[in-house]
Amino acid sequence: MSLLTFFEWCEGSAVGHAIRSSQWLFPVIESFHLLALALIGGAVLVVDLRLLGYGLRRQPVRQLSRDAEPWLIGGLVVMVASGMLLFSSEAVKCYYNAAFRAKMTLLLPAIVFTFTVRRKVAAADETRVRPFWSKVVAAVSVTLWSGVGAAGRWIGFSG
Amino acid sequence: MSLLGFCQWLEKTPWSIALHESLWVYPIVESVHVLTLCLFLGTAVMLDLRLLGATMRRVPVSEVVRRILPWTAAGFALMVISGALLFYAVPVRTYLNIFFRLKIVMLVAAGLNVWVFHSTVYRRVAEWDLDPVPPRGARVVAGLSLALWAAIVVAGRMIAYNWFDPPGVH
Repeated sequence: MSLLTFFEWCEGSAVGHAIRSSQWLFPVIESFHLLALALIGGAVLVVDLRLLGYGLRRQPVRQLSRDAEPWLIGGLVVMVASGMLLFSSEAVKCYYNAAFRAKMTLLLPAIVFTFTVRRKVAAADETRVRPFWSKVVAAVSVTLWSGVGAAGRWIGFSG
Repeated sequence: MSLLGFCQWLEKTPWSIALHESLWVYPIVESVHVLTLCLFLGTAVMLDLRLLGATMRRVPVSEVVRRILPWTAAGFALMVISGALLFYAVPVRTYLNIFFRLKIVMLVAAGLNVWVFHSTVYRRVAEWDLDPVPPRGARVVAGLSLALWAAIVVAGRMIAYNWFDPPGVH
């Protein structure tokens, strides 16, 4: 099965159809998508600001990262669930949408980076991680997630 | 001049028309408004969650307020500037939109909530700064804040829809 066939199947599903034919379902689901965006933003920024040397500088990175992680994961779960619902209502449009493709292309490295490199650096003994590398990790994280957000917003503007 | 009259005047100013018709600037301003949710609401939510005792329980509340709230304030400034520009681009339709009006009312309520927090329970923060779960007053303020901001985001998203607009304004 090609990717396009799969996207067509998503769009033709009962869920996709229900969201498309309702006047208010799409914006309501999108509101949850936006609330999850704020939550993910907060959970990511608290740790990234700290890694950059701002924010809660007196707190150990390891502790902050551990405190923020459940909220980050919770935000991601709501984000992905609401995102899949939105997607199912206009999957074929997304297939031809450059912003959607850019978003998916950035989303994978953003998630992988967050739960591998960034997680490891945040959990490491701070005396053994050079501040320079902490900052690089935070900058990469902020850049990747901002890219995902910006591309996501742009799905609605293009095509 | 009535508020509606003011909006009608605003709508005819050249910069408003230019912004409304711009191919790139309007979507960029709107993107800034949406993405600043991460900075503004994200950091505000983390503070609220601390006040609820739901995260960063070992971090003194005063430290979160001192070190995180400036970022929230910077995000809020960006929100107000980009939001004012979005209003400026489409004044009359926005002014008449029920979701916009709801949003403004709730913004005022959220502002009052912040004022109540700082002028009451936060004044005695030294007494509960290190409590993993802050006193009831702080938790009520944090819960209200989360509920209000969630409703503000939903109302903001709904401004795009004119389901309840009076006839003849488009």
